[in-house]
Amino acid sequence: MERKSINFGYAIVQDRQIDFDANKHEICRAVAVAEPTLNLCISCGTCAATCSAGLFTDFSLRKVILLLKRGETEGLLKEVSKCMLCGKCQLVCPRNVSTRNLVIQISKALINGKP
Amino acid sequence: MAKHVVVIGAGPAGLETSAKLSKMGLRVTLVEKEETSGGHLKNWHTLFPGNMPGLKALESIKEGLDENVKIQTNTQVTALEAVNDYFTVSGHNGWQEKADAVVLATGFKLFDARRKEEYGYGIYENVITSSDLETLLAKGNLFSNHKNPARIGFVHCVGSRDEKVNNLHCSKLCCITAVKQAVEVKQLFPETEVFCFYMDLRMFGRHYEELYKEAQEKYNIQFIRGRLSESTEDKEGNIIVKVEDTLLGKPLRIKTDFLVLMTGMEPAAGTKSLTAMLGLKDVSDKFIRPLDEVLQPNFTDMPGVFVAGTCSGPKSVSETLADARSAALAVEAFLKE
Amino acid sequence: MTFDLFVIPFFGGLLFMIIVLFLKYSRWIAMMDASDRVKAGMAFFSASLPVTIREIFWESLLHRRMFKKNPLLGFMHMSFALGWLLLILMGNLESRIYSGGHINPPYYPIFLKFFIHDKRVLPFEIFTLPGFFRFTMDLLLLFVLSGLGLALFKRARSKWFGLKRTTRHNSFDKWAIISLWLIFPLRLLAESFTAGIYQGGGFLTNSLGHIFAAFLPLKYLVYPSWWAYSSMLGIFFITLPWSRFMHIPTEIVLIFLRNAGIEQGKYPGSFSQIELRACPRCGVCIDVCQMNEAGLTGSSAVYLIRSLREKQAGVFLHSNCMMCGRCLEACPVGIDTLGLRVGARGVDNRQIEADFTYLAKQPVPATKADVVYFAGCMGHLTPGVKNAMIKIFERAGIDFNFLDEDGSICCGRPLKLAGMQTAASKLITENTKAILGTKAKILVTSCPICYKIFNTDYNLNGMQVMHHSVYIDTLVKEGKIVLEPAAFRAVYHDPCELGRGSGIYEQPRNVLKQIAEVADVAQDRENSLCCGGSIGDLAMSAVQRNIIRDGALSILCESNPDMLVTACPLCKKTLDTGNGLIVKDIAEIVADRMTVSIKQTVSRSLAGQMSV
Ligand code: SF4
Ligand code: SF4
Ligand code: SF4
Ligand code: SF4
Ligand code: SF4
Repeated sequence: MERKSINFGYAIVQDRQIDFDANKHEICRAVAVAEPTLNLCISCGTCAATCSAGLFTDFSLRKVILLLKRGETEGLLKEVSKCMLCGKCQLVCPRNVSTRNLVIQISKALINGKP
Repeated sequence: MAKHVVVIGAGPAGLETSAKLSKMGLRVTLVEKEETSGGHLKNWHTLFPGNMPGLKALESIKEGLDENVKIQTNTQVTALEAVNDYFTVSGHNGWQEKADAVVLATGFKLFDARRKEEYGYGIYENVITSSDLETLLAKGNLFSNHKNPARIGFVHCVGSRDEKVNNLHCSKLCCITAVKQAVEVKQLFPETEVFCFYMDLRMFGRHYEELYKEAQEKYNIQFIRGRLSESTEDKEGNIIVKVEDTLLGKPLRIKTDFLVLMTGMEPAAGTKSLTAMLGLKDVSDKFIRPLDEVLQPNFTDMPGVFVAGTCSGPKSVSETLADARSAALAVEAFLKE
Repeated sequence: MTFDLFVIPFFGGLLFMIIVLFLKYSRWIAMMDASDRVKAGMAFFSASLPVTIREIFWESLLHRRMFKKNPLLGFMHMSFALGWLLLILMGNLESRIYSGGHINPPYYPIFLKFFIHDKRVLPFEIFTLPGFFRFTMDLLLLFVLSGLGLALFKRARSKWFGLKRTTRHNSFDKWAIISLWLIFPLRLLAESFTAGIYQGGGFLTNSLGHIFAAFLPLKYLVYPSWWAYSSMLGIFFITLPWSRFMHIPTEIVLIFLRNAGIEQGKYPGSFSQIELRACPRCGVCIDVCQMNEAGLTGSSAVYLIRSLREKQAGVFLHSNCMMCGRCLEACPVGIDTLGLRVGARGVDNRQIEADFTYLAKQPVPATKADVVYFAGCMGHLTPGVKNAMIKIFERAGIDFNFLDEDGSICCGRPLKLAGMQTAASKLITENTKAILGTKAKILVTSCPICYKIFNTDYNLNGMQVMHHSVYIDTLVKEGKIVLEPAAFRAVYHDPCELGRGSGIYEQPRNVLKQIAEVADVAQDRENSLCCGGSIGDLAMSAVQRNIIRDGALSILCESNPDMLVTACPLCKKTLDTGNGLIVKDIAEIVADRMTVSIKQTVSRSLAGQMSV
């Protein structure tokens, strides 16, 4: 007898988990080489709190960093393109993350990483 | 004649070390740059755990002092030299003593919150520090000109874990102090909403986590994971706090009546100058590094010079007292040789 | 005799160089914007031509600016440039004596002593025409050789030339420099050998010829020595267009274009290509660059220029620069080193696109006051400055709007400095809307970075832009605020963007002098140091920044001042290290020391009388 699978609608929530193994991590590695302070972030959120762009739109450098580290790079380029490079975040980051260069390096790595 | 030890700094560490050394039959001179002994403890309202008032704790410590301990106040040590098998310690006012051993108990200083200009201390009236709050609590006139504050915020890690002010280290006690103070505020003003803005809650000691739970359970204190970037003042003098609610991933603005900055510990000026005078090793955080942080926490790399208390890193009062006793034992062992 | 085979290396090399230069310059002219080409064409007939000629004389020949930086270095460059030119001119005139006034082939004057042995002239005779020339030619040769001596000496002891580090060379440069260094000694030898056999030399060559004749077989040496001399000239000319000596002709072109009113424009364009080649690698920009202190020795303008010229990849080099403008200020050739760096960054970052569509939703503030205050991003991290300004406005009775009270859009300068001009323009458009929406007459800002770009890139319909230090100076002069002196000694730190960037040096000092005693700083005004906090740099680490900051602080605090005063939120934050030194913004000092002005006293006492 043919077994029918019942779809409870789980398919649509597939994206809810980070598939760390399936994700590509080269971009993150490339960025960490270009700007090693990427690894110093402690996710305190000060950058996002002070952010000039975050004042007007949904944008958090802290989140960008985390997404990058988890390999969740889809849509990330559009996200970083919101940054004004104003440097406020660099002035407040307690871990001296070189945030402006990080933004530039993330953009470049994502652009070059595109097929 | 009994051997002579000079203890520099008459805070809890210096007092306790002196008391114990004198019990061991040694002569002690306790030098203090200020007019009175007691260090930061004399200004502290209550200690956690147990809620003992700072002054009472101080009294108990001082009870250990006897006639073998000479207290030399108003004296800033300006020179410390090793001569043959003894040391000469001199003060700015011409005071001088020979010593067979020296204990550094120079302690810490609180981070000057004005250095985080964006937090507004010294600029906005309603931004205060944890130590200000403790003084106000001790005097019993907290927010006396402001009957029922609707909201109070506590900002963790001010001057600690912040490389922008050159302090990478965690001061370790401000987390529990914030929770303790939040609870005390709530006890005085049950209607006030209290928020703690933190990066990590470091509840490492016995009963710390319990107090954290009590703060949630009994006092409904809110914990928001996000570090303050800057604060502003509105026309009514309220303080507007800007953090990212990192757990939600959204920037958060919140109006508070008072903002309390949990200032961290830095080595006291005396700690730094003595470190330099003796050529002792210090580490990037500028606290004195003991000979061995695990096995010999009170010896330094200069024989005959010992450390007690927070000059070798942030410690609670109970840890400080234990460290002071351990330092006394180390001195005794050294002088017996 | 007017020809010999040995002149071929020289003559061939010269022709080759002329053709290459012609091709190169034609290409750049062709690459120019049409409007720039017109400007350049007009410049031949306009009043700028005499200016250009004057400048070429002073700078390309006499190296006046270089002299000012360092007399020895200036002399070295001058002896080569002026000495050589005079040798050519005088040689030409001298050769005409023997050709009956006719113009000779170009090689003829250069090798005149080979072709003409005028035995009528005595070695030390200077009052006849041929004697005068012979004497002068030897003197000029000596002049050039003295420059050569200095150049050799510079290799060994560059410190005496005010340079701690000298530039590194590529292989074209090596050939060019070896040949250049050999040209004049070989000329000396060739002429001396010839004089040793045929007489007819000047005081120098004749005497040397005598000495050589005593122990050398000059007969066999003389012809090869002319060959060697000619060959070195040939090598020099052939390598010149790809070596740093390309600066000799190109500097002249640069001076001409600059005076014609042509600007750097887009990168890489003709003007920047010419700038790249106008740099003689004098190295003056190396030692002024504070990046050296942080171990980033390869970042100086000269290395940037070389790497751009040689088309080497250099993202690291492009990013590592604080855009402090110290090299721009120091460069004797006046090369826009900052513009070149921005251009290079623009190429590196060309693929990065910014998306600020989210700003479009912003409502435009429509309030009316004559003055609008803009604290700037950084100003929000220094509430002391912001509050001081509010206090000052209120005390002076100024009706003002606080444009960015709740935060602002970035001014665009950081993006511009990162080479992302298109992205910057989007911010500029949005900000312009907001600023013009206030309908104010004066825009006051606390941030020198904003101030700079408001002036250079914003079109504000005639609204006056003032940095707060200038505005305060005006308020004081107008008597709107009165300052009370206090007993302390201060030093003033010139923020890069305000000082070198915008030429504002005196106003903040004027204000400060009314309050405190202002002590001198060894390197101030145009020579002031960068605090290290610059947003111009993209890649420096915090540790490196701190080294630069500490270096600047040690110079600033040489006189042990009670207070360090500056006029930039970023400088203030950077320089305040918590080591006990008080660091304040000029606005904060003023806000602390304002007394009630006379006008206000009068009106208040009147009000008091009326209420009685
Ligand atoms: S401020 Fe620095 S440490 Fe904090 S989240 Fe941003 S980048 Fe990370
Ligand atoms: S540089 Fe970019 S991420 Fe940082 S505060 Fe400015 S806009 Fe935000
Ligand atoms: S104890 Fe808590 S508040 Fe204090 S520095 Fe450490 S993490 Fe920050
Ligand atoms: S950029 Fe200017 S200062 Fe630097 S080497 Fe070239 S000419 Fe000299
Ligand atoms: S602008 Fe400043 S940092 Fe950059 S190369 Fe010139 S001197 Fe060095």
